[in-house]
Amino acid sequence: MYAGLVAAGWVRAGVADAQAWNKDAFDSHAIAEARKALGAADAAQSDQISFVQTPEIAENGAVVPIGIASAVPKTDAIAVLIEKNPNPLAAVFEIPPGTEPAVSTRVKMAQTSNVYALVRADGRYYFASKEIKVTLGGCGG
Amino acid sequence: MSDPMKIRASLIGDVTEVKVLMSHEMETGQRKDAKGEVIPAWFIQNVSATWNDKTVLSAQWGTAVAKNPFVSFRFKGGVKGDRITVTWTDNRGDKRTDTAVIG
Repeated sequence: MYAGLVAAGWVRAGVADAQAWNKDAFDSHAIAEARKALGAADAAQSDQISFVQTPEIAENGAVVPIGIASAVPKTDAIAVLIEKNPNPLAAVFEIPPGTEPAVSTRVKMAQTSNVYALVRADGRYYFASKEIKVTLGGCGG
Repeated sequence: MSDPMKIRASLIGDVTEVKVLMSHEMETGQRKDAKGEVIPAWFIQNVSATWNDKTVLSAQWGTAVAKNPFVSFRFKGGVKGDRITVTWTDNRGDKRTDTAVIG
């Protein structure tokens, strides 16, 4: 299991090799594929992960604020996946000890979609999701 | 050469809140120009933030992070006057590092 995670590139990032970039995961075209590439195919739904300062409706899909906070003990990574984007994986944040397991950023959304917060804690994976309605897509020409 | 990042690091109790605004196109590779040709993807792939040489956040990003990326996070241990350094690297190999002082 651990070897698989190392191969997937998630475990190493930020520790052994800060410049690692998980091409397979970011190039994935579906949530299941991205989760597999992250080593998180068996993630369990958790009510200990919350979306903070994240809108129900985004008028502009080009700039959608996403905040994720994890209360799962030993959280050490948080990823953002947007189901209906051409490439669902948007970002992976590595949370070292001493840093709060919460992060805020802004993403692009092509259309109304479920957004997944994927958390790694103590070698296991958990997720929560939230639908964000987009009135104007963020990936058009 | 890209524009400097705006980094604000504020002490709130015993927690340092870091807010970073970067200047980058974050081109998705999905859009086409007026001639109908695909505009190549151009985006930040890696970000790291350090406090006194200790990594306090690192990230891998894809093309879905919004133009002129924003990120905020909090860590324990910082004191006023300590330095926070943030570095990003994009898919063209361009790199930018900026520093702020905790206030």
